[in-house]
Amino acid sequence: MSINWFKYSSPTTFYPLAGKMIPFFGWLTALLTIGGLYWGFFETPDTLSDQKEYYRIIYIHVGAAWMSMWLYIMMAAWALAGLVFQTRLSYMIASAIAPTGAIATFLALWTGAFWGKTSWGTWWDWDPRMTSELILLFLYMGYMALQSAIDDPRRADRAAALLALVGLVCVPIIFWSINCPNPNECAALHQTSKPGGGNMDPNILIAMLVVALAFWMYSFVAVLMRVRNIILERERHTTWVNEMLEDKQ
Amino acid sequence: MKPRHKRIVFAVIAVVAIGIAAKLIIASIDKGSSYFYSPMKVLAGEAPKDQVFRIGGLVKVGSMQRIGKTLTVEFIITDDQSAEITTHYTGILPDLFKEGQGVVAKGRLRDDGIFNAEEVLAKHDEKYLAPEVKDALEEAHNEATNKKEKSQ
Repeated sequence: MSINWFKYSSPTTFYPLAGKMIPFFGWLTALLTIGGLYWGFFETPDTLSDQKEYYRIIYIHVGAAWMSMWLYIMMAAWALAGLVFQTRLSYMIASAIAPTGAIATFLALWTGAFWGKTSWGTWWDWDPRMTSELILLFLYMGYMALQSAIDDPRRADRAAALLALVGLVCVPIIFWSINCPNPNECAALHQTSKPGGGNMDPNILIAMLVVALAFWMYSFVAVLMRVRNIILERERHTTWVNEMLEDKQ
Repeated sequence: MKPRHKRIVFAVIAVVAIGIAAKLIIASIDKGSSYFYSPMKVLAGEAPKDQVFRIGGLVKVGSMQRIGKTLTVEFIITDDQSAEITTHYTGILPDLFKEGQGVVAKGRLRDDGIFNAEEVLAKHDEKYLAPEVKDALEEAHNEATNKKEKSQ
């Protein structure tokens, strides 16, 4: 039996599949958010050895920061798939990821500013981690701007995909900016960010990971919904979209 | 080669090139531009003169004092290698500022060797533990090291 690997690579078949997946990820998002935040607020210590209650920003901050990098990798991967296989859907998924990634990046910077003001004493500093995360935000915005600046969707897709690919260089820099092999060489204001290793109260770690998973599930919901919209918008002249819309009326 | 194979080769080359570029940038960040200078490097004269820069280190325990009846505080920033920089700062110190804690101070070095800080930021570590847990861990660690020393 041969498997058709490209069955769901056409917008026509992917559109209903995405519609079926959205409620599943939606419920997961709700459950994990409520569970993770409940655990983070009520089952964890109120003060740490040095920080006070404000350390709880970690639950939103870390999840958002992880998603900002992971979504960029995913966006670049789909853009690359589009360039190699020339599948329209790959480009559509890449451009659907961009706004969610930009929101995650903004959220990481924004919550980081609040945390920084209360603990370090400043909203912002040109520390390597913060600077490279800000560049990531500009990359997302540049990707979206470039795509909407070119009228022909096929050329817009290709140009934006190349930008996404080149910008991928930023992601390892964000990661290594504070987690470099020799900690003495990492001169940064930001603390290192390796979870676990006995440095974290298990309850804090659990809550943080659950909320991070919730961010991930939310990203699926948001991206799938946006892909469906992009499919409808770009395929509005095709017969299958018109037939589907007539069925609904 | 089919066009698709050509594009796959292009994709592999692109990803490898991006990886090399990232590696080179990270290497140059590690060696070249430092976010802050350690007290040791400042004493060695590596920090820029007549220019604003940052010093990173620990606040020496027992070194903090207020100068007269002013708002200016004096403390010593040190590192593991016993290099010390006396620092003056006028203003409100961050919540986490404590003797023995990490700080990053931004300012200029005066001719008499005192660092005039315009901004003092507190660092915190990646330990997210309740105070009693941290104390217990440190006690256990001290006991273990004491036992080791005794048995030797």
